[in-house]
Amino acid sequence: MSLISVKNLAVAYGGHTVLRDVSFELSAGEIVTIVGPNGSGKTSLFRAIIGATEPAGGEISRKSGLKIGYVPQRLHIDPTLPMTVDRFMRLAGKVSSSQCEEALTIAGVPNIQNRQMAQLSGGQFQRVLLARALINKPDVLLLDEATQGLDQPGSAAFYQQIESVCRDTECSVLMISHELHVVMSASDRVICLNGHVCCEGTPAVVASAPEYRALFGTGTGGALALYKHDHDHDHSHAHEAAE
Amino acid sequence: MLDDFMVRATLAGIGVAFAAAPLGCFVVWRRMAYFGDATAHAAILGVALSLTFELPVFPGALAIALIMALTVTLLAGRGYAMDTLLGVLAHSSLAFGLVAVSFLSGIRIDLMAYLFGDILAVSRLDLLVIWGGAALVVGLLTWRWSALLTSTLNEELAYSSAINPRREQLILTLSLAITVAVAIKVVGVLLIAALLIIPAAAARGLARTPEAMALIAAAIGAVSAVGGLQGAYVFDAPAGPSIVCVAALIFAALNLFGWRSKLTG
Repeated sequence: MSLISVKNLAVAYGGHTVLRDVSFELSAGEIVTIVGPNGSGKTSLFRAIIGATEPAGGEISRKSGLKIGYVPQRLHIDPTLPMTVDRFMRLAGKVSSSQCEEALTIAGVPNIQNRQMAQLSGGQFQRVLLARALINKPDVLLLDEATQGLDQPGSAAFYQQIESVCRDTECSVLMISHELHVVMSASDRVICLNGHVCCEGTPAVVASAPEYRALFGTGTGGALALYKHDHDHDHSHAHEAAE
Repeated sequence: MLDDFMVRATLAGIGVAFAAAPLGCFVVWRRMAYFGDATAHAAILGVALSLTFELPVFPGALAIALIMALTVTLLAGRGYAMDTLLGVLAHSSLAFGLVAVSFLSGIRIDLMAYLFGDILAVSRLDLLVIWGGAALVVGLLTWRWSALLTSTLNEELAYSSAINPRREQLILTLSLAITVAVAIKVVGVLLIAALLIIPAAAARGLARTPEAMALIAAAIGAVSAVGGLQGAYVFDAPAGPSIVCVAALIFAALNLFGWRSKLTG
């Protein structure tokens, strides 16, 4: 059965409807990417799914006991708040030090438990957020533009990590991303959102759909549309570990 | 032992410092300094109303502080920037409070005692109220600690962990109102925010985790209370402001020391 099922969802802020008639289902083990221009209601959809925004209509049902690992778009830690990586990880619940270490290693940032969060690089910070989301062994991972502030190789490496972790643990992924060429190759399904669901399907289907072309243009089609991510060469160094 | 007014004053100061320390950390982390001010200023209106109706001061101040804090929470994000809203509410409630006090004919009230505190006049009953309130605040914050921290970090992160950040905000608001009400006697309404913020700010440089910062802030607050009272006694200065002065000196000393070790290290 599906983990998250959204039926005819509508979301409105102060009378202004930002989402209408959105329906989709997320099944176990699936990787689904939501794409859409700015203001298309992507983040509102996420807020509704985690319960931060009351839907104006429709319904969202979650499998009972569903554990969500959430990676926010950005996390600002006030400079007056001292926070080690270890302490931040343990905010996720009752977890042991070794569990923290394991999650950080999986996320690709081992041996930084004693660092202050404020001293981490952008890439390390996002990976710590990923580790925190993974630590409770979630059924589904929600990523909201999780690679903002990372350069292209950095975000490509980040998404590859997510794909491999989630395929291993059979964790579903629902993510929002602008970086279509990077994420679409890893997705099982793509939902193109612009206030409503414009089109959905496999990356190849969506990339050639006229609705998608209308939103993202054909002029940049070569660069932005589906880019088959083949490993024609390999870097032997890991980007984040070198920092 | 409690017969000695200096002992009662010291215990009162330490009690308030313990409640103010963890709460002050959240005030600093969430940039609510002005919010503390607004709540405290509103309390003077509560004092005036209590005296008018011949009620005890503590519940009156608590009630008005709570109403003020809830009003601010409700109005937040409805067109005005938070600091504008707080500026309007804080100063108008102080003004209304002062005017209300002036209408109190027949009762001689020492306004200075409520503006700057009257810690040397703390009675046994006051001491009970202060420590009871402090225990309640520390208990509340300890109980909700992780949820409060998560909500402080990120609203969506809180929701996804099944934490309602609005409820956590309410816990802080309630704690703030209690702390204000019990601290009126000690430092007065004008200096309560100082007691919240200065020890927490001073502790920042010494702490690596949020918990350590709260504990160090409590220690700095307690030292300030003891030192301020002794200073007030020796120099014949007003006690409440003296406590804040000592806290400010500790803040300055720690920062100077921090800069020096950064420069030389």
